[in-house]
Amino acid sequence: MERSGWDLGRDDVEHLLHEAAAMRGESLWQDALRRLRRNRAAWSSLLFLALVAAVSLFAPALPLPSPVTLDLQLEPQPPVAPWSVWGSHGFEPDYWDLTAVDGLLVKARLAVFGDWQTGHWLGTDGKGRDILSRIVWGSRTSILVALAATLCSLLIGVTYGALSGLLGGRVDNLMMRVVDVLYSIPFIFLVIFLITLVNEYRTELEDRFGIDREVVFFIVIGAVYWLTMARVVRGQVLSLRNTEFVDAARVIGASTARILFVHLVPNVLSIVIVYLTLTIPAVMLFEAFLTFLGLGIEPPKVSWGLLAVDGSEMVNPVRIYWWLVVFPAAAMASTLLALNVLGDGLRDALDPKLRGKD
Amino acid sequence: MTRFLLRRLMWFAITLWVVVTVSFFLMRAVRGGPFDNDRALHESIERNIKARYHLDWHPFKQYLHYIGPLNLDEQGPEFLGGDGTRPFGGVLTGDFGPSFKYRDFTVNDIIGQSLPISVSLGVIALLWALALGLTVGIASALWRGTRIDVGLRLVATAGIAVPNFTIAGFLVIGFVFVLPLFPVAGYGTWRHLVLPGFALGGPFAAYIARLTRTGMLEVLSQDYIRTAHAKGLPPRTVLLRHAIKGGVLPVVSYLGPATAGILTGSLVIERIFAIPGTGSHFVNSALNRDYTLAMGVTILYTVLVYSLNTAVDFAYTLLDPRIDLEES
Amino acid sequence: MTRSPAARWAPRLAAGALLAGLLAGALSMAGGARLERADFTFNNGTEVTTLDPATVSGVPEGRIIRALFEGLCIKHPSTLEPLPGAAERWSLSEDRTVYTFHLREDGRWNNGDALTAHDFVFSWERFLNPLTAAEYAYQLWYVEGAREYTHLIDDFAYQPDWDQNLWVEERGESIVRVGCSGYLLAAADGGDLVAPTVGPGDVHAAGGTVARLGGRPLHLSLAGRVRAVNAALPGEVSALARDAYGEGWLLELEVAPGALAEALGRGDVVAGAAFRAERAFDERVGIRALDEHTLEVRLASPTPYFLQLVAFYPLFPVNRRNLTEARERWPGTWELRWMRPENIVTNGPYTVEFRRVNDRIRLVKNPAYWDADRVALGTIDALAIDHLGTSINLYLTGEVDWIDRPITSIIPRLLPREDFNPAPYLGSYFYRVNVDRPPFDDLRVRKALALTIDRRAITTSITKAGEEPAWAFVPPGLPGYRKVELTSEAARGFAAGAEDAADGFARDVERARALMAEAGFGPGGAELPTIEIHYNTDETHKDVAEVIADGWKKRLGLNVKLLNQEWKVYLDTQKTRTFDVSRSAWIGDYADPNTFLDMFVTGGENNRTGWGNLEYDELIAAAALEADPTRRMEHFAEAEAILMDELPILPIYFYVTRNLVNPRLGGFHPNVVDEHFPKHWYWMDDAELAARRAVQPAEWVEVPARGPAEGLYPPTTREGRGR
Repeated sequence: MERSGWDLGRDDVEHLLHEAAAMRGESLWQDALRRLRRNRAAWSSLLFLALVAAVSLFAPALPLPSPVTLDLQLEPQPPVAPWSVWGSHGFEPDYWDLTAVDGLLVKARLAVFGDWQTGHWLGTDGKGRDILSRIVWGSRTSILVALAATLCSLLIGVTYGALSGLLGGRVDNLMMRVVDVLYSIPFIFLVIFLITLVNEYRTELEDRFGIDREVVFFIVIGAVYWLTMARVVRGQVLSLRNTEFVDAARVIGASTARILFVHLVPNVLSIVIVYLTLTIPAVMLFEAFLTFLGLGIEPPKVSWGLLAVDGSEMVNPVRIYWWLVVFPAAAMASTLLALNVLGDGLRDALDPKLRGKD
Repeated sequence: MTRFLLRRLMWFAITLWVVVTVSFFLMRAVRGGPFDNDRALHESIERNIKARYHLDWHPFKQYLHYIGPLNLDEQGPEFLGGDGTRPFGGVLTGDFGPSFKYRDFTVNDIIGQSLPISVSLGVIALLWALALGLTVGIASALWRGTRIDVGLRLVATAGIAVPNFTIAGFLVIGFVFVLPLFPVAGYGTWRHLVLPGFALGGPFAAYIARLTRTGMLEVLSQDYIRTAHAKGLPPRTVLLRHAIKGGVLPVVSYLGPATAGILTGSLVIERIFAIPGTGSHFVNSALNRDYTLAMGVTILYTVLVYSLNTAVDFAYTLLDPRIDLEES
Repeated sequence: MTRSPAARWAPRLAAGALLAGLLAGALSMAGGARLERADFTFNNGTEVTTLDPATVSGVPEGRIIRALFEGLCIKHPSTLEPLPGAAERWSLSEDRTVYTFHLREDGRWNNGDALTAHDFVFSWERFLNPLTAAEYAYQLWYVEGAREYTHLIDDFAYQPDWDQNLWVEERGESIVRVGCSGYLLAAADGGDLVAPTVGPGDVHAAGGTVARLGGRPLHLSLAGRVRAVNAALPGEVSALARDAYGEGWLLELEVAPGALAEALGRGDVVAGAAFRAERAFDERVGIRALDEHTLEVRLASPTPYFLQLVAFYPLFPVNRRNLTEARERWPGTWELRWMRPENIVTNGPYTVEFRRVNDRIRLVKNPAYWDADRVALGTIDALAIDHLGTSINLYLTGEVDWIDRPITSIIPRLLPREDFNPAPYLGSYFYRVNVDRPPFDDLRVRKALALTIDRRAITTSITKAGEEPAWAFVPPGLPGYRKVELTSEAARGFAAGAEDAADGFARDVERARALMAEAGFGPGGAELPTIEIHYNTDETHKDVAEVIADGWKKRLGLNVKLLNQEWKVYLDTQKTRTFDVSRSAWIGDYADPNTFLDMFVTGGENNRTGWGNLEYDELIAAAALEADPTRRMEHFAEAEAILMDELPILPIYFYVTRNLVNPRLGGFHPNVVDEHFPKHWYWMDDAELAARRAVQPAEWVEVPARGPAEGLYPPTTREGRGR
């Protein structure tokens, strides 16, 4: 039997299936990871961020001076280079309200380093507290805030926005109007309301549910920051929902959820990541702003935003205590820069349109 | 088109009503009142001052009085027990009431005085942010991966990551004390607006730059751009006529809320540069429990956000033919 | 697709034009508001609440009101002795209770009205009237009948139902007169708003409406036939609002015999005679205009600081014509208008030219002021900048000539400068303790807490401007008053020197530990309590709280937490007493211990500690009645000793002023209440400035003195005053 060019033999079919299987073999994420590794800048940013996270997580175990112990003096002390004062003895653990894990870490530190602590390499603030130590400890609050906002943005914002855009019509309209309303309600009243509410029942809440002021604070920040994300994602989905691949998916009977998460979300991921990298700095500053108003974290806890606010007071022509401004700002800027570079890398890595092309 | 706008208007009314209602009761649920002071008031005096501002009424009556259009106090219509000298009042008649904190002013006075100032600063900041942001974003996308791109992105990131109050502080040191080019703070001449405009617009420029770059990269990889190139159109035409249109879409959707934010002023920049705009009222009215002023700025903000978002949705249809306005 | 070039360019042109227009609009908007620089500019720190002297209580408001209005006397800029103001002289009776003020004949309002004694009667009635809601009304309660006046009409006006607002008196067998007080008419915004709903000959049913007052119906439970409505002036409806006394409005009813007695017994109506007697300002309150220019004030008891109160801004007068005209023109909203720059009427050295919220108040010299010839500065700008960094930057660039709060962190750098001279200020920084909450109900715990505050560390390293550590509540500097401190070795040592103070503090800490052990806490006893330090959002409060918490934690082993609250919530927490230890401060209104000590009488509004002591209350009351100044001060000292013994408050430090003032400014003097008087200000010329610098301490660092080199002196004298 003569075979025409259009007839597929058994072997051919098998060959094709085999090829297809080989193509499928690589998932979106594996592909992304592979491409991310190839992007040197993004990869080193990722490593840098991992380092920041590790330092922040293990802060109590590091041989830093206490971030809270006061050593009253007239003026902030300028930085001392590590090679002139490497460190000193006399550390006493007096952190307030440590969790059990942090308590263990402090014990580990005492076991390894004894009472040795680093010198004031980045100077001290007006109350003699080590700036390096405060930056390290402050990263914990800032990172938590950033994580809370990121999670809310991703979970609530992306789902909400994508759903709204996909469903369209009346539902979309209603959902967006809800966002409009939430957007306009004066958030300061909301923050004060929630925080005073928590204050009133603070012992009960803490004992029963483990909710303290900080948790509420994170919830509030998350509640404010998913809104923009929802709007943006919805805008993207609106422009994507009429494209061929969505129509195709719909034709073959894919469910709404499937269309949403399998087809639409990966396509909006790039813009989502860009927004996230823009949201995180804003959130960190928002935290500083609320703390500045007395609605944020309580002393002796610190955050980068708070350090930046405190430091900005020090910029005046009479005397610039530059180390109080420059180091916290540098810590924040370098982390956020790494986050941005990583964000761009991820964006490129995850972009379905760029898949398979390099 | 008309139907779209009409429908929007209807939704606008509903949204505004919900915002006003929720905010009104939220404010009164918050602890502390407008007349609490570190010197405790004598009981009778406190009662009188509350009576003057109708805070002794049931919140729901206060709400109806605030919304209007019927005036429920002594001057209200006669069938409600008033004397009929001022039967109408409240938000529905455009009267936002007296400020509780600045007792020589109505909320209308305060917004009327401060909004033009915030808008003039906001327009400058916005124009500067758009000009810089779009240029940098497009340049960065075109020369993707080069040193120019890396450098521009670095600057843009710094613009976002370094708090604007820190930038403002160094601007003041640099351009007021070291190089005495601009006044340190205040409002009066165009020179007063340069530094605050720069500081206010900076982060927005950085945002716009990043969004533009992303949007442009997205568009540049699309088929229709390839088609345009394949057709042999000059690269400049492809860029200006085709790519930018699609590339600035994310910027456009960001611009709605951003413009509302930038026009209503920024607390931080206004405080640092002593600009008497509306920005500070958003926070201070809440801290002072100046209920009427807080409601006033909330309504102002809602109106701005809503109308700008509508404008954005409208702009979307112009820029992206795939979106159908009637449907949305 | 081809388009004509015009069509292609049109949108771009339009967009370009729009942008250019926006930019031009924005810039011109900014340029249009341009104001010439004032002769003198100072930062007032915040926007003032209102310019109405009667209804405010803040320091920034005081600064503006002292420029706009003038009381019977004013204060000497440095000693605070009373100087002639609207009154050119005054006398005090033998028993020190009757002041007679003789107003100057040439006193004028800037609308041309003469300033008379009647203006003061009017303004003070308004001030005391609770319907004005004057925050400081209690400062005039030293006048005979004043306190009762504020309370009585208040009780009357705020009866739950309006039926009670009619007073009724019996005239003859069955004739009853029904009236309504002038004060109530004032409540309804002006006296002409009473509209009777019945006429002569009508039969009034029990509980029916007889009139509307400011729109509210007045019911009367008495039934009867209406004989006449204001019989004195029948038929003249507009005049019905005035009774024969010019006090109110009247209605005559013929009722069944005994009906009135019955109604009075039921409490449905208020007996008129008593009402009228008790509520009439003229009859009961000791403030009287003897003639156009003589004002007599009878005090309930001798009040040595009464002249200071008279010179205190809430007691400054307002113009009657301005107020009544505003009421007529803008019923309901007159309060928003009468103090506007175009309407305001003032009797002080300045008046208002321009005002913009959160920006500035432009004051301009008042030519009608009696002493205008000795006022030097033509215009003064009061800025409302609350950002401390901006404030100091404006000062350093010379755009502002006086600020009162430099950033704390740079104070060590400012101290050597000639323009920064902190001076004692009548203010006390302290912590309130909630004595109802265990363990603070135990005096030993409170003592231990008080002893372990390292006050010297706080004043040297946190506040930095030379504040004095406080072991007492009443600040030093009050003439005739001795210091009464809590028993502390550190306090004793502080007087001797730094080293003794450190030793003393160590011994105090020992004693505190012993006290805690005695109270049953610590090793072998109960678990050490957790303390929450409550404070409002502010850098200094936070720093002080951190230091104190650190000390209590380290020295007493307590678990201390900080609770930071935003201002209004913080106030509410204090008011409802839901705190352990709460940061507080008190600034004296006048230079007398009473302004500090009377706040801790049992149940006082500003007590907020739950503490009360009968002996203390009696001493404060005795001091108020005491005529002999020495014995009076001794009463106060004994009272403070009780306070320092029982410690419902933990004193921390006494304030100092923090003024940064352009060295060229003359007539600006430090004083304990930190009040400054624009009337005396002038610019020194170079010669006078050099002369002043020649006599100032040599170690002071000179700073550039901006301002006119030729000075700016009052029209009549080239010589500056106060030199």
